[in-house]
Amino acid sequence: MSKNNENLLNIENLSIHFFIEEGTVAAVNDLNFSLKPGETIGLVGETGAGKTTTALGIMSLIQSPPGLVVDGSIIYDGRNLLELSEAEMRAVRGSQISMIFQDPMTSLNPVFPIRDQIAEVVMLHEKVTAAQAIQRAEEMLDKVGIRKERAKDFPHQFSGGMRQRVGIAIALACNPKLLIADEPTTALDVTIQAQVLELMKGLKEENNTSMIMITHDLGIVAEICDKVAIMYAGSVVETADKKELFNNPKHPYTIGLFNSIPDIEKDEEKLKPIKGLMPDPMNLPSGCSFHPRCDHAKPECSQKVPKHTQVNDGHYVRCLLFEEGGE
Amino acid sequence: MENQKPKKKRSQFLEVWRRFKRNPIALVGMGIIILQILLAVFADVIAPGDGWSPGFNMQDWGNSRQFPSAENWFGTDHLGRDVFNRIVHGSRISLQVGAVVVSISMIIGVTLGAVAGFFGGVADNIIMRIIDIILAVPNILLAIAISAALGPSLVNVMIAVGVGAIPAYARQVRAQVVSLREQEFVEAARSIGASNFRLIRRHIMPNAMSPIIIEATMGFATAIAVAAALSFIGLGLEPPTPEWGAMLSDGRRYMLAGYWHMTLFPGLAIAFVIFGINMMGDGLRDALDPKLRSGGMSKGRFEKLRRAQIALTNKGADTNVKK
Amino acid sequence: MSVLLEVKNLKKYFKTPRGPLHAVDDINFKIKKGETLGLVGESGCGKSTTGRVVLRLIEATGGQVIFNGENILDYKKKQMAKFRENSQIVFQDPFASLNPRMSVSEIIAEPLIINKKAKGAAELGKKVADLMDTVGLASRLENVYPHELDGGRRQRIGIARVLALNPEFIVHDEPVSALDVSIQAQILNLLDELQRDKGLTYLFISHDLGVIKHVSNHIAVMYLGKIVEMSDYKSIFANPKHPYTKALLSAIPVPRVDDVKRERIILEGDVPSPINPPPGCRFYGRCFQRQDACKNTDPLLNEISSGHFVACHRCPRDE
Repeated sequence: MSKNNENLLNIENLSIHFFIEEGTVAAVNDLNFSLKPGETIGLVGETGAGKTTTALGIMSLIQSPPGLVVDGSIIYDGRNLLELSEAEMRAVRGSQISMIFQDPMTSLNPVFPIRDQIAEVVMLHEKVTAAQAIQRAEEMLDKVGIRKERAKDFPHQFSGGMRQRVGIAIALACNPKLLIADEPTTALDVTIQAQVLELMKGLKEENNTSMIMITHDLGIVAEICDKVAIMYAGSVVETADKKELFNNPKHPYTIGLFNSIPDIEKDEEKLKPIKGLMPDPMNLPSGCSFHPRCDHAKPECSQKVPKHTQVNDGHYVRCLLFEEGGE
Repeated sequence: MENQKPKKKRSQFLEVWRRFKRNPIALVGMGIIILQILLAVFADVIAPGDGWSPGFNMQDWGNSRQFPSAENWFGTDHLGRDVFNRIVHGSRISLQVGAVVVSISMIIGVTLGAVAGFFGGVADNIIMRIIDIILAVPNILLAIAISAALGPSLVNVMIAVGVGAIPAYARQVRAQVVSLREQEFVEAARSIGASNFRLIRRHIMPNAMSPIIIEATMGFATAIAVAAALSFIGLGLEPPTPEWGAMLSDGRRYMLAGYWHMTLFPGLAIAFVIFGINMMGDGLRDALDPKLRSGGMSKGRFEKLRRAQIALTNKGADTNVKK
Repeated sequence: MSVLLEVKNLKKYFKTPRGPLHAVDDINFKIKKGETLGLVGESGCGKSTTGRVVLRLIEATGGQVIFNGENILDYKKKQMAKFRENSQIVFQDPFASLNPRMSVSEIIAEPLIINKKAKGAAELGKKVADLMDTVGLASRLENVYPHELDGGRRQRIGIARVLALNPEFIVHDEPVSALDVSIQAQILNLLDELQRDKGLTYLFISHDLGVIKHVSNHIAVMYLGKIVEMSDYKSIFANPKHPYTKALLSAIPVPRVDDVKRERIILEGDVPSPINPPPGCRFYGRCFQRQDACKNTDPLLNEISSGHFVACHRCPRDE
């Protein structure tokens, strides 16, 4: 993929495996993508595609044992995060790169008022007094649309949507350059999801934050992202600018994903699902890991691992159908 | 997809055993219990009688209160009986007490708990209040009271200890059933017309068994300890039964005179068996708890696995290149 | 076609320490034989409760559920057993709705055993094998336990179990929301084929409007225990009337990048508590078109045009 110095984040050949009794779980395999300042990339894939593992890898939060980054580099702002010590990484987490989780209830501490939890993050990363931290916390709550009177309330007193707003406030309290949002609206109802997405979009633009949006919902990508990376079996199989990818998808898996979604604006008789199941990450198919489910699979697909091939400006596909001089 | 190998039926038991045997301490515990069972089964072979009296009651007055020797490994007691022989035979009593007490209290406790948890309401209230009353009396006191009222005998000891053990099962099972009752698979079974009995037997109980099995293991140890305590204070078994608690009590009178072996060995026997059962119970709990699955791997083991697997992949890659 | 199921003034209140929770509050709908009614709404709107009350898995507080011309809420035990065979439910969570201690074939055989639908082990085995084949489960999976399978296959087990008794009517309670999109599409196609082949009638509950539109003939939108809009599937999407329906439709992220911006309605606040709901329209607090009348009078579900029902003071009949 293109080496670009303006990139805020550049992930190259990242592989993360989990070594357990039963064998090796190849969760992330030779994954590549990059992100410019202020840009939002949608990391799209189904359960087990390795989206969350990638996010935890960036944060150096892979539990080891059993997990281990076996290959690759994660260059953030000129530094390879994989080479930082735990202490250095701690300084990065929360202040430079922060994360929003799917279930805000489990990521908030039930025994502290929300304001204190936001202030805590600020105090951890910046040299401020307690009063200043609390003041910042109150500003953040105001930004995410939580009324001042509720600052001293506890997490359980909020609804799911409000709690996610608190999660966003914590994530953005130190003004990070990179925000990783792991399915932030999956647990929410659509009308609440719309509120939260709107809020995230606004705050991101205001602070010029880069964002990795992990989701399984192509609708959310259309809504909020600039770029898309489609993940399958731990690697990015297709990446492009949002418009290009939506209007001109190339990889058979991406096309299959689009065909699987019931369209509310069209009236189709039958859905065209992708056949088969997600592969077992302990026993990935050889060659292109999508080949057993692919309608266009050729004999060599089970032997050769496809490389990233540029099909259009900034549009890369990992599929032998598009490889230069493909057999 | 279609050429995947057919999945064979893997029993739940084997899965548990696979996890259990990874725990060395639990294996030691199980070894102790197997040893005790063997001793109990072959007691008459290991410590045979002489035709007149059974192996545990061969008195030899001229040979009383001997210290341990090659002849009498654990020494002899005040009636000249071999302490080792009596301990071997005593393991029968202990096992019997443990097994019967656990069976009785488990059957009654599980039934009461299941009924209370499943039906709720009045039945729940009545059953659980009775359980609360039993719980309000300390276990040992309850056993003493029942034993004193019924008189000393093996059956009465079992009843006395068993009653005190019922509440633990009843409460465990009730808690399990209350949460399982609300599970969707129970609702699903109801929606296809399953009767209450079937719901409890086929859907609820099999999923509630893990904590009961653990409780039963621990209960086994408690039963042996309480039975020994009853015998110690003279409310348990009549002489000459080689009950370990009773032996302890007999030996106590001679302890200050320096005959330590008469108390030490029965005491060790009790401690040893209870230790074994508890170790096994701990191991069983870990093995039955799926949340601990694949956890608890040591750093060294992880490194070994990782290296082995990387070597394997590299080898595979090499052969590919050569081809 | 004839009406298979009619629900009249159905109510279900749950007792809570803070007062009655109006989970389902006076709803009416009909489903014709062989058709699907989609029930859509956000969490807590009472759609799942409706599905369970209709099958009497939960007892109703009031109203009628008329199935094949008879009110099943009056049924005694014997008649209920017959009804249970005839009406089934597929649950949302394929992980919670299967007994972890039973193998696939045991789970599918259970309804046949309970209702004595097979004579002898051989017939039972054959029926189970047929059912597994119908829902697309490979026969090699019969001795596998549910936890060894993925969500899609587990959901197929749930469907096979439901089909075992040859029901006429199936309630689907979010059957695909726990599944990935590619698997979701497989299951939706399966449900569709089964409906065609066997002439099944579905009550399909979901929060996903895309899925609902795909499967339904008619759609009912629920909000806080009430049906606020109901019509054939096309008019709900082409011509939504109730402000809540409008907001719901506009809130769905659509996987398309057009240059035409969709009109976005972002509702304020959260769904209020269904405990002791105030008089007036339930949507009043969040409505962007509210007027004074809405605060005190609860709007009735009116037929504003043929087959299109709306409960809103702003949508008069003559529009």
